[in-house]
Amino acid sequence: MTTTMERPAAVKPASGSKIRNRSLTPWLYLAPALALLITFTYVPVGNMVAYSFTSWDGLDVTMEPVGLDNYVKVVTDERYWRVFLISGYYFAASFVQIAIALYFAVILSFSTRFRNLFKGILFFPYLLNGVAVGFVFLYLFQPDGTLDTVLRWVGLGDHTKFWLGDPDIANISLAGTSVWRFTGLSFVLFLGAIQSIPSEIYEAAEIDGAGDWHKFRHIIVPGIRRIISLSFILAISGSLSVFEIPFIMTGGANGTRTFVVQAYETAFQFRQIGLASAMAVVLLLIVLLITWFQRRLVPDEEVTLS
Amino acid sequence: MKNPIKYLSLVLASIVVLLPLTVVLFAAFKTHAEYNSTGPLTPPRNWFNFDNFATAWTEGRMLLGFWNTTVILVISLTGTILVGTLAAYAVSRFDFPFKRLVLGLFLVAALVPGVTTQVATYQIVKSMGLVNTPGSAIVLFLGTDIISIYIFIQFMQSIPPSLDQAAMIDGATRFTIYRRIILPLMKPAIATVAIIKGIAIYNEFYIPFLYLRSPDLSVISTALFRFKGPYGAQWETIAACTMIVILPTVVFFLLLQRFIYNGITAGATK
Repeated sequence: MTTTMERPAAVKPASGSKIRNRSLTPWLYLAPALALLITFTYVPVGNMVAYSFTSWDGLDVTMEPVGLDNYVKVVTDERYWRVFLISGYYFAASFVQIAIALYFAVILSFSTRFRNLFKGILFFPYLLNGVAVGFVFLYLFQPDGTLDTVLRWVGLGDHTKFWLGDPDIANISLAGTSVWRFTGLSFVLFLGAIQSIPSEIYEAAEIDGAGDWHKFRHIIVPGIRRIISLSFILAISGSLSVFEIPFIMTGGANGTRTFVVQAYETAFQFRQIGLASAMAVVLLLIVLLITWFQRRLVPDEEVTLS
Repeated sequence: MKNPIKYLSLVLASIVVLLPLTVVLFAAFKTHAEYNSTGPLTPPRNWFNFDNFATAWTEGRMLLGFWNTTVILVISLTGTILVGTLAAYAVSRFDFPFKRLVLGLFLVAALVPGVTTQVATYQIVKSMGLVNTPGSAIVLFLGTDIISIYIFIQFMQSIPPSLDQAAMIDGATRFTIYRRIILPLMKPAIATVAIIKGIAIYNEFYIPFLYLRSPDLSVISTALFRFKGPYGAQWETIAACTMIVILPTVVFFLLLQRFIYNGITAGATK
């Protein structure tokens, strides 16, 4: 589709300057985007790899090379590798999130009373400011706060806990907050995908006597497979880069320090830029590796951009 | 799907979504004494007690926060749209060497979670002298993400190239075509990107927290976050401040509901 555009110009006899101009023009349009992309993504990635082999504090003029020391520390010191395990809570939570979102997307795709109201309610949390969500749930999880009161009301008073104070529970509470916040996004994505399935297919299936379960299993799931698999990729990188919720709600206390919280403290509070960079490189490698595996397992037809 | 179960689950989900917000709303209208003596589920005695809102508004310098957020939002959105549409124009209307490579660069960048490179990005922004100026947030939000470019390219492909050709025969330059033909026709895609990115910028916490340390540069997220320390024991004030931050989102959502849904779906599925 792009080649056809150059034809009119090519028909005319092009002078020397015209040819030069023609080959430069697209780059002029691309220049701002490329400059930003390279300055704020590729140069940082390159620098980060370089820093990771030094003990730089971010201020010194010289960077002391330390070889693989930083990497050894990330892999052997529990404080650093433990943060990767914390991602597991958020990753597990994203399965819950996808299941809930899929369930509601399916039932709200078909005639339901107050459909738009329910859609709005379910989606709304996604639009909220992360700090506001953090405060709302900090309030909810307080000892004798909302959650405890509700539990007592429904007769589960014995199950009140230190939702954010007990290291065994804190991560589950935080992951639950994350489910509350992001289910709306998955829900809307699934809803959009389900609605793009032509309605004749359902009608044909109904004539053949298909029940709701059959329609779900054989029409909806295959029809939105791509967006489901995309949700899982987003879930992986999302759960590795959790920051706001634990940072705002617990400050990383009680065993809730995630990777980004730890990297933030290492870099900007303890000024160990080299070590923080090594952590970031490890994280980046994990993300790239997972993406590569995902591409191998589920070869994606699209992703080509033009 | 049996009907009672369906409605029961919907009502239950609505309660789960709305209850945490409702109790904060309740708390925002309570006096300090009332807050201490009543449970979280008890509605406030006086729904017109705006004292906490007044305290939050002045102590948190919320007006400044909204102003700073608006400035950053408007400049970054305008910039993103210009940078993104220009790039998409180049990609969809020109054929040039290394085009695949350029597209690949944008794609691979999408795999790098922004938070991971922040340590190194900070040094670059610092060397540009932008730390503690609104410029830092603006340049970082400007970096066109793959989703915006993707939406623009998708949409541009639906504009027939014959329009460009007709204009070119009439003697229009490439840039005139972009400005006079492509840009006006791109309005729906621009609205989509503005909505997605606008939400993201309004809600962003990490970048302003890291780069806009000075209290004069507070945006809405960091202004709210500042309440955590000094007001730790005064939940009714924090609650009021939280409601002030949430309110514009509610209004925005109620006014633009349909466009927001469509925008988000366009951003992710296609």
